[in-house]
Amino acid sequence: MANPKSAYSIPTKKGKLDTHILVVWVDNEAGVLARVVGLFSGRGYNIESLAVAEVDATRNISRITIVTTGTPQVIDQIKLQLKKLVPVHKVADFKREDKKVIFKEMALLKVVGNKKKIEKTLKACKSFNPVILDKTKKSVVIQITALRREIDKMSKKLKSHGLTSTSRTGAIAMTRGAEVFK
Amino acid sequence: MSKLYSGAEIVFKCLEDQDVKYIFGYPGGAVLPIYDELKNHSTIKHILVRHEQGAGHAAEGYARSSGKPGVVLVTSGPGATNVVTALTDAYMDSVPLVCISGQVPTHLIGTDAFQECDTTGITRPCTKHNWLVKDIKDLSKILHEAFIVATTGRPGPVLVDIPKDIQFAKTSYSKPKKEKQLKRKIHNKFSQNEIDELINLISKAKKPVIYTGGGVINSGPKASEALREFVRLIGFPITSTLQGLGAFPGDDNQFIGMLGMHGTYEANNAMHDCDLLINIGARFDDRITGKIDEFSPKSKKVHIDIDPSSINKIIKVDLAIVGDVNEVLRAAIKKINKKQNGFKISNKQNTSKWWEQIQKWQLKDSLGFINSEKTIKPQHAVQRLYELTKKQDTFITTEVGQHQMWAAQHYKFNKPNRWMTSGGLGTMGYGLPAAVGVQIAHPDKLVIDIAGEASVLMTMQEMSTAVQYNLPIKIFVLNNQYMGMVRQWQELLHEKNYSESYSEALPDFVKLAEAYGCKGIKADNPNELDNKIKEMINHNGPVIFDCQVDPNENCFPMIPSGKPHNQMILGPNDKEENKITGKGKALV
Repeated sequence: MANPKSAYSIPTKKGKLDTHILVVWVDNEAGVLARVVGLFSGRGYNIESLAVAEVDATRNISRITIVTTGTPQVIDQIKLQLKKLVPVHKVADFKREDKKVIFKEMALLKVVGNKKKIEKTLKACKSFNPVILDKTKKSVVIQITALRREIDKMSKKLKSHGLTSTSRTGAIAMTRGAEVFK
Repeated sequence: MSKLYSGAEIVFKCLEDQDVKYIFGYPGGAVLPIYDELKNHSTIKHILVRHEQGAGHAAEGYARSSGKPGVVLVTSGPGATNVVTALTDAYMDSVPLVCISGQVPTHLIGTDAFQECDTTGITRPCTKHNWLVKDIKDLSKILHEAFIVATTGRPGPVLVDIPKDIQFAKTSYSKPKKEKQLKRKIHNKFSQNEIDELINLISKAKKPVIYTGGGVINSGPKASEALREFVRLIGFPITSTLQGLGAFPGDDNQFIGMLGMHGTYEANNAMHDCDLLINIGARFDDRITGKIDEFSPKSKKVHIDIDPSSINKIIKVDLAIVGDVNEVLRAAIKKINKKQNGFKISNKQNTSKWWEQIQKWQLKDSLGFINSEKTIKPQHAVQRLYELTKKQDTFITTEVGQHQMWAAQHYKFNKPNRWMTSGGLGTMGYGLPAAVGVQIAHPDKLVIDIAGEASVLMTMQEMSTAVQYNLPIKIFVLNNQYMGMVRQWQELLHEKNYSESYSEALPDFVKLAEAYGCKGIKADNPNELDNKIKEMINHNGPVIFDCQVDPNENCFPMIPSGKPHNQMILGPNDKEENKITGKGKALV
């Protein structure tokens, strides 16, 4: 219950939250990530995950992929506010359920245990494009690529197989087919 | 090989090419090379303030009253942090400012050097954009871009942070490019279909209202002309936000007063009951909308704004036209004029009942107050000030609080750019330095800061600036010894627990004025008020006018928190025991 003595209006009921993946093309210059992230924190928007790297060295463009949740009105505001930033070139917005878009996250998993446990681990990872990056008698480091919730599930499952360390990226996204977002 | 210039020289070459005439600033270690260069540039005059916040507000006053960007020059560390309030204020009210700050030399950045702070980090959320110049080769390009960003689209403040070694370093100078690189940030691509839809809605409306804001002022004097033509053409009632006052004449019959928390009864009821709401350059601020769920429930809503992120931010609208107010209105006028002559007549018939309703609301005389012969009522003081200054072209600034609302309610503005007030951020202490900036831009005009005694003490030091440059600003202090708006809220919401809102030990403002080397006038009797105001106006120099007003007066009407527009609290006149009818009300 909000304080009725407030000089401000009382918050009204919130709408349904959707998860969106925003792809932002920006000039790769000092402080640009701070501008984007500061916009989110300053205006009270969520960031579930974030991935950023330069994608075009000659044009000096970085691609930032942000997973966020909000009501349709908030998502619209995020896009419009992002577009106002001087170093932002364009903003693409995808719903998580969108079948035309590929979303991927990568995780590095370190499992420590005996041969049996390691074998069980590899078997469990089978459907997530596992790559063995390092292997000793007592341990293995596996790289998998999958959706966020699949990786969530895996890291829970592998706890009992001796998972000791997890490192994950944020989601990155790309449209299917020949089309390119303008 | 072209001639090489130092960073400090490039700063001035850029300012000259951007046609800058005044900079407001305060020197310090990290900007000394720029200050050293000042003597070589006679077309640029530096105004020395007494505190960097004052420089920022003075530049705001200059910008708002002249339509040109205000330029601020401050040193690193405390110089930059002191200007943050003014930058935030300019950001909230869309005022174009270019702030140049010194920074410690590049090799010392990040070492916690003397007077170092992360200026671009601190000012990132309160500027449209900012730059830390790390390479002398970028300096001229960045400075030119800074002016473009500050003045195009929705205007706002920008900051350029220049390390001291960059100010000494040398390179060639490049002139501003004609081709604007920031085109993608400017949105002015409305379609004819949108204009047609607007005209269609106008022709169908029976209970329309136009609600204008600061965007009309920012679009330039031509936008105000277009607005007047447009509004007279369609014959609709028009209300305005605090920032939009002056875009449409305040004494015109079609103008139904300011809207919002302390707006008139007729304006707020019209907003609530209308069937067509045309927002021109305003942003549905929370002081305007009241309770969002019950905001103008029966209307079709149109929003004309240059900033796409303003659309649907708070209130969902049926028709959004993203573009410059002047151009949108011109397009609409052109379209209306093309239509049959019957348009205007049918419009008048359509809205005649609505006008009757508005006239009924106007009978409430919601700005009325019970006058007194013993004490000066603050509303009366503003009314007298208006009557005695309306014949000349007067510029009004304000601080923040009750006096600001009384000024907005009782001073009628007939031209744009004559009213400078801190609306979005609500910065106490804005008005006095803003008046300094206004007087710099308009040296021969009458500039008055309608102030409260609490606010004005926050930036009182700038009187010294006014005296130094012979700026005849008039500080008209409505002195009620309280932080009046705080006291009013405490009275209404906190059971009259006046916690810390009374100033025990106020200075003697007349002596204070004399100490600064200007004139002090004190008035505490309504009978002598007119003569003393005339004395103030006629004095050729800065004046502090201590107008001792009734300390218990509240600002009405008002929309209480969490209430919609049609549930306003009216003043004591409306209570049965005080009911006095007719025009005599204000004179009792």
